[in-house]
Amino acid sequence: MFSNFAFHFGRYLDLLWDSFSRPERLKIYWRETLRQMDDIGVGSLIIVAIIAVFMGAVAAVQFAYQLDGQLVPSYYIGYIVRDLAIIESAPTITCLVLAGKVGSNMASEIGGMRQKEHIDAMEIMGVNTAAFLILPKIIAAMIMIPLLVALAAGLAIVGGYMAVVIPETIPSSAYIKGLQSFFVPYNVFIMFVKAFIFAFILTTVSCYKGYYVEGGSVELGAASTQAVVVSDILILLADFLIAVVLTG
Amino acid sequence: MIRCENVKKSFGDTEVLKGITTEFEAGKCNLIIGLSGAGKTVMLKLLVGLMKQTSGTIMYDDVNFNSLGDDELRSLRMKVGMLFQGSALFDSMTVEENILFPLELFTKKTKAEMLDRVNYVLERVNLEGANQKYPSEVSGGMQKRVGIARAIVLEPKYLFCDEPNSGLDPKTSMVIDELIQSITYDNNITTVINTHDMNSVMEIGDNINLLHHGTLVWRGNKADVLTSDNEFLDNFIFASPFLQRLRNAALGRS
Repeated sequence: MFSNFAFHFGRYLDLLWDSFSRPERLKIYWRETLRQMDDIGVGSLIIVAIIAVFMGAVAAVQFAYQLDGQLVPSYYIGYIVRDLAIIESAPTITCLVLAGKVGSNMASEIGGMRQKEHIDAMEIMGVNTAAFLILPKIIAAMIMIPLLVALAAGLAIVGGYMAVVIPETIPSSAYIKGLQSFFVPYNVFIMFVKAFIFAFILTTVSCYKGYYVEGGSVELGAASTQAVVVSDILILLADFLIAVVLTG
Repeated sequence: MIRCENVKKSFGDTEVLKGITTEFEAGKCNLIIGLSGAGKTVMLKLLVGLMKQTSGTIMYDDVNFNSLGDDELRSLRMKVGMLFQGSALFDSMTVEENILFPLELFTKKTKAEMLDRVNYVLERVNLEGANQKYPSEVSGGMQKRVGIARAIVLEPKYLFCDEPNSGLDPKTSMVIDELIQSITYDNNITTVINTHDMNSVMEIGDNINLLHHGTLVWRGNKADVLTSDNEFLDNFIFASPFLQRLRNAALGRS
């Protein structure tokens, strides 16, 4: 088991090294990066927005339920939803969802190119395929995913507002007071650190799984699934380590 | 010219190529033929560097292919074109974009010069006007021709073709063969073709290498095929009774 892990980890690092080598023609890479930014960012906007709104709404309703009858002031709901969204749910849940949507798509796209000999064709032309296929995806993901995470945090707060203010569980002024209370800008820093690291993990793991796929459609499906599963596990592990390092 | 000296390739305990020594000559259509499992595809992949041999050397003219560093290898590969069995055209790109791809990456031509070159190679493969079509919108034979156009757009010194006729009807196969042959002769390219198409063997086989279970068992040209008494060649080329009768008729045998 350890030798299997060492093999994959070594090959992953090797692929990363190749991915960050000098591009043949910056213009082509830039064009590909823009295409990926559109795929990752614009393509994921709706799913991220829906999940964020519900994430905030559920958090607000459940905290309202738990705080009901307690001595804790009701405006704490806004404060808790805000910090939960910024520190944890927006970066982590958004990236877990993106690992499923974007990560599996990347693994399938690159794996399909491997199977249809597109990667071999590029290699023979002299293209550094690791850099050409992976670097634009990493750059695009590291630009777009933090933006999606920031948007998710904002929408989660809006979702929380709608869930507790519209049914008049708490007054609007209380929720807004909660949002304005005990704000620690450092938490936004933590959110972006998580977003960058999670974006890197889900992109590189998915590309790795696709790049080295062997066999036919069954293996491609398995690689796509593994990309999501491994990315999710590593995101959760990284989440814990970041929490320990940045807030411990 | 490409020269192989005692090239061996093993996968685990299985030796797929058992010491191949041969030459692929410039300006000629060099064929690698053999039954399925003979080692043709592995041989071709070793020649283009998609696999590394277990031992032996592959020389591109005076350059030892396997001793090259990454940068030298990339610059040599710009002199290499390859036509894949499934054409390997990029689905999301039009015919024109497929052919432009290596030009944009590796040349400093202006857009107009690149488009001129694209139109020239498309004309060369008789596909004028197909620029804006997607690979899925053209036939298998046309896809092969686009593959050839892309392979020759950087004016390669070496051209590799993996089963160029697979999946094509006999008439289209002949068109592809004639195209590869004329490009080879006109540009003095070292062309290596992996095939088991008998028509190709007899039409364009300037230098034929027959592999059997990973060993080179016969080498000659299309004229030698009819007169050779090599048992492996006989079993491979004239496997069907129809072809045996045809050969006997050609040689005036009863």
